[in-house]
Amino acid sequence: MIRARNLPFAATVLIFIVAYALCVMQFPNMLSTRVIGNLLTDNAFLGIAAVGMTFVILSGGIDLSVGSVIAFTSVFVAVTVRAGMHPAMAFSLALVISTAFGALMGLTIHALSMPPFVVTLAGMFLARGAAFLLTTESVPISHPFLDTLGDMFFRLPGKGRLTFLAMLMLAVFVIGAIIAKRTRFGANVYALGGSPQSAELMGVPVRATTIRLYALSGALAGLAGIAYTLYTSAGYSLATVGMELDAIAAVVVGGTLLTGGAGLVMGTLFGVLIQGLIQTYIVFDGTLSSWWTKIVVGLLLFAFIVLQRVILLFHGPRGKPARMIPAGG
Amino acid sequence: MLIEARAIRKSFYGVTVLDDVDFTLHAGEIHALLGENGAGKSTLVKILTGAYRRDGGTMRLEGTEVEPRDVAEAQAMGIGTVYQEVNLLDNLSVAENVYLGRQPRRFGMIDTKRMEAEATALLARYGLRVDPGESLSAYSVAIRQIIAIARAVDLSGKVLFLDEPTASLDAREVEAIFAILRRLRDDGLGIVIITHFLDQVFALADRVTVLRNGKLVGSRAISDLPRRDLVGMMLGRELAEETHSRSAAPPADTPAPIRFRGMGKTGSVAPFDMDIRPGEVLGIAGLLGSGRTETAFLLFGIDRADSGSAEIDGRPVTLNSPHDAIAQGFGFCPEERKTDGIVADLSVRENIILALQARRGWSRPIPRREQNAIAEKYIRMLDIRPTDPERPIKFLSGGNQQKVILARWLATDPRFLILDEPTRGIDIGAHAEIIRLIDGLRAEGMALAVISSELDELVAYSSRVVVMADHRQVAELAGDEISAQAIMAAMAVEAA
Repeated sequence: MIRARNLPFAATVLIFIVAYALCVMQFPNMLSTRVIGNLLTDNAFLGIAAVGMTFVILSGGIDLSVGSVIAFTSVFVAVTVRAGMHPAMAFSLALVISTAFGALMGLTIHALSMPPFVVTLAGMFLARGAAFLLTTESVPISHPFLDTLGDMFFRLPGKGRLTFLAMLMLAVFVIGAIIAKRTRFGANVYALGGSPQSAELMGVPVRATTIRLYALSGALAGLAGIAYTLYTSAGYSLATVGMELDAIAAVVVGGTLLTGGAGLVMGTLFGVLIQGLIQTYIVFDGTLSSWWTKIVVGLLLFAFIVLQRVILLFHGPRGKPARMIPAGG
Repeated sequence: MLIEARAIRKSFYGVTVLDDVDFTLHAGEIHALLGENGAGKSTLVKILTGAYRRDGGTMRLEGTEVEPRDVAEAQAMGIGTVYQEVNLLDNLSVAENVYLGRQPRRFGMIDTKRMEAEATALLARYGLRVDPGESLSAYSVAIRQIIAIARAVDLSGKVLFLDEPTASLDAREVEAIFAILRRLRDDGLGIVIITHFLDQVFALADRVTVLRNGKLVGSRAISDLPRRDLVGMMLGRELAEETHSRSAAPPADTPAPIRFRGMGKTGSVAPFDMDIRPGEVLGIAGLLGSGRTETAFLLFGIDRADSGSAEIDGRPVTLNSPHDAIAQGFGFCPEERKTDGIVADLSVRENIILALQARRGWSRPIPRREQNAIAEKYIRMLDIRPTDPERPIKFLSGGNQQKVILARWLATDPRFLILDEPTRGIDIGAHAEIIRLIDGLRAEGMALAVISSELDELVAYSSRVVVMADHRQVAELAGDEISAQAIMAAMAVEAA
């Protein structure tokens, strides 16, 4: 039996399968490894950032800086590679900067006990501003190392390709799921999302967890920025504006409670895939405006918020009769 | 001696909360810590469990001087705590709750299988068979409380503090938890329990320590402590006290215009009858947790009664919300003035007209000139200081804030006014004034119900006194029967 807390995840997977089946019924060509491979590749950077966002939302927080950090990272990588730095070195530096940036936001949130919304909003402007400071124009890059990464793929049965970006994203999801469910840090994140007061009374290191949480989100936003650079072969400071909202939508459609404490990292993967699927459908259809993606995502978000409310109502406290065997026995 | 605390002192912002309090706990003992609100018992518990640092005094654990810096350090020393509400995490699984922060690991990863097996084994020792992987929210409060106890004992192992562990549990569940506590005591654990239920104290505890106003009243073995002596210790007076003379007029033997019949709410207040007559003050006496505030909540429609009926002037009425009650001409000054009563940033004038405006409906604003007139009237009548009606109420003293709230309800010209602890936390001068005011309103023909822990006060203004204990009305005193002595004797009556 599916536990009540996993119902939203099951609903997400079901929605994806049904939606995919409907698409295939209309466009049989959509049932191909090529479409699936592209779905994964095209949404890799969104997926990577959404894993970080999942942790933040599980803890009851939010990270609005993600889109700006992605833009900053891509501009930073493009500018440094153009200046002659090896891409691997540029990637490492970018990751260090974005991780430190996230950790600093986490520290601020804890030390000033400010709402994450406010602190990461400031972070959003800071990172975007810093990207503009580096350059305001789109910087194309090319480097043999980047070409090697871009050409790396597994051939799937059929004509599909599992690219480096798709593999990177899937790896991030797997590692994210393990961190969430199989480490003390992960348990502490869920605990914070349940109730910060109770978590503290139960001995959860709130400060360290908060800092590591936003550092993780920053690092993954940085990694998403690198993925975005590989994907577009350019850095542009106006890129990925508002992408944090797509990530939040993917997390919530993926079945994570927006108020924190419940959800699965793997749910977010399906949240991302559902968004990608709608876009693919629009491309296949050819007549629909791409804004339909936003409309459908909006409706799905609304449906999930209602679903979670309903589950909470029906599976609230005292739902389950517990058996008591005579004490001392 | 498991815990030996001597001359513990603590003050907040210059106010002494604990004044040279001694506390000792033996291994294999259940020790009840009692006291009214503000007695300092939760502060003492917080110091002993590491949540607060003490200002002075010594604390020894098994003979060694200790000073836990935080809850985690106290836990490591062997002192565990189970709080009343904020306790475990509903969104985590049962096993995760038991082992949060010390999950068994294998190759750096949490070994969920082992954790759940250990949780199952641990909880089985407490007579609990639960699915360790299920969310805690799926289980009842009683089960969660047992899980919290199991976690605390497993984590600490020497001393267990319980803050009102049985609030919101039914009798069968309470007995199950008591059985567990008795067994833990027999295993040699030292248990400290804070509770407001005297029946439970006598059923469970070996020893009691009573605090009052931050001072130690005494520590006695329960076996040679009569119930009325314990009540006397808590209220701080000897039973031999003189009966006070009363100025309140004896009740007219007329039919009551406001009648409550069989009003009650499961787990809150047992069904009671109550008659309210104009020109009469009904005093409601009881220790903290006896159900006196809950009674007021039922009368004013804040809590919905699940049995009984209310009748006004011979017509049945429903009181399902404060809105209904206000429409019937009721008024209510709550106990928690700061949180439930005043709107801190609004001016005295705005606070006074609040209830009147609510009754008129927001679509018909009271003209400013009328507002000023009302504010001026009550500021003069109740002698509210400072007299500036535009001053934000948060800058007024407690006594004056209380008067503003009183003015708020008087402005609606209520036929029935309920006051919950109207004199708590205000200075002596204002105290006497409030009492004079209550008497004045009664003389003018208003019906009042007043809840108070101050017995002298109740005796001074009540025409009748209802006494509550363990969420039931245990006695009603009228006329010459009313004395501090009689009220206290009634409080001490053992529950059936």
